[in-house]
Amino acid sequence: MAKDMMPHFDLYQPDSVEAAVDLAARLGSDGWLLAAGQDSYDWLKNRTKRTEAVIELTGIAALKGVREVAGGIEIGALTTLTEIEEHPLLREKFLLLSLAAGRVASPQIRNAGTLGGNLCQDTRCWYYRYGVDCYRAGGNMCYADTPEGQNREHAIFGASRCVAVQPSDTANAVVALDGSMVIRSAKGERVVPASEFFVGPALNIRRMTVLEPGEILTAVRIPSTWAGAKFYFEKIADRAAWDFALVSIAAAFKMDGDRISDSRLVVGAVECVPHRLTAVESAIKGSAKNEETGTRAGKLAIEGATTLNFNQFKIPLMENLVRRAIRGA
Amino acid sequence: MADFKGIQVVETSELREGEARRVSRREFIKRVIASGAVASSASFMVGGLAACTPRRAAVAGSVERLISLNVNGQVRRVDVLPQETLAMTLRYKLGLTGTKLSCDRAECGACTVMIDDVTHYSCSTLTHAVRARKVVTIEGLRGPNGELHPVQQAFVEELSPQCGFCTPGQVVAAVALLKKNPKPTREEARHAMSGNLCRCAAYDNYLNGIMRACGNLAEISHGV
Repeated sequence: MAKDMMPHFDLYQPDSVEAAVDLAARLGSDGWLLAAGQDSYDWLKNRTKRTEAVIELTGIAALKGVREVAGGIEIGALTTLTEIEEHPLLREKFLLLSLAAGRVASPQIRNAGTLGGNLCQDTRCWYYRYGVDCYRAGGNMCYADTPEGQNREHAIFGASRCVAVQPSDTANAVVALDGSMVIRSAKGERVVPASEFFVGPALNIRRMTVLEPGEILTAVRIPSTWAGAKFYFEKIADRAAWDFALVSIAAAFKMDGDRISDSRLVVGAVECVPHRLTAVESAIKGSAKNEETGTRAGKLAIEGATTLNFNQFKIPLMENLVRRAIRGA
Repeated sequence: MADFKGIQVVETSELREGEARRVSRREFIKRVIASGAVASSASFMVGGLAACTPRRAAVAGSVERLISLNVNGQVRRVDVLPQETLAMTLRYKLGLTGTKLSCDRAECGACTVMIDDVTHYSCSTLTHAVRARKVVTIEGLRGPNGELHPVQQAFVEELSPQCGFCTPGQVVAAVALLKKNPKPTREEARHAMSGNLCRCAAYDNYLNGIMRACGNLAEISHGV
């Protein structure tokens, strides 16, 4: 086991956001921002990524907890997934996020893992994680998108050289709830809509989010817009515990009588970003929330999907999940 | 050699405690590891750690290596590398080898410990991140006279472990569950224990053990 000791890094444990921002600015791309590390340790132990310094953030009390703010709630980026799963206010108003957090990995990982960490984790493409010189790692090919490539888990939308997907379960819920990300750096604070926080390979093939070196995701804001709406979350994975989604759906509906007056449908693990179904949302506006609308929506949802050799199953899976979300399974 | 510092426990209360008792094989091994007195065990650790020697003096603001940890109700001083995981500290510096290291990737649950009464994978926890917190390992569950914890007793009665390697993690996860939910249903227990793998697949035996421990005897199932 001694071989599995991570290579040396300098460890910094700031106790305030200001100190963390200073460190992040000083260390730049040499400073690895660490929340609970449930994704990071794999990279460091496997030596597929290395770092000179780690800025461990879990000692910053200001980044923990759920607060009511004007126009909604603000969740500290270091709030654990278990806290989000169980928080009474979230369960009452934004159950969608609690359901998504409760389906992440295993109990121990949810006890440690944070919302910010879950949103900022790297993709699970095993070629990339194995450390090959693929596009995402700075090389010039994709090993998953080859005739023999094992790409059962990979993208059916938005691929651009890289076919990896966004692994976060909570990301889909945050996008569906029109959330936004609060980002701090030495330059100050900026707030980015969740829908623009995640980036696909066409925009930047080397990273999953808009975060620049020196920037720290400090909080997630959820506006009251969808408080108490009708929610649906379902995640399909090979195993009930630990596994990442093959396809998942996070949906929110506002009703006017028995008609859908507005909705958000976000599908996970089909694209490098949470895949929002804007066309479907428009198409079902004013329709009854039933099997027929669901069937129609499912057909529309999968338009434009492009499969690889081993992930054709994602198309009927996604179609069915959209149908189930709308009719209410 | 500076690296030897990395394996020395500054205060080994475990040792003093053990003097009065007959020294079992397990305890002997634990003492050797804890004291770092035997060359072969030292080289085992140092071999792994040598590659991790800092290339330069610690930069201002980086952590102090000598820290106090609250483990099983005792405050223990220990020298911890910045990149060291709690599982490594527990097993190789504090001699608490009841916590098992298996996958070392947060994928199996053998290294499960409680931190502030909540389960964590100690292989995926930085020791420096738990300085101000209370760590409880399998060793910390024994009663004042060394008797088994009720969960352990129930596991014995229900023949829960098979090979036993995952058992310390299963026990800790079960104890944490019962702290939070003193009388879970079998289904709730199954969900709570879903972060602990058992390669013997003795899952139903473990669930029977938990049902016995919490007095939910109706949900014990010995059917095939």
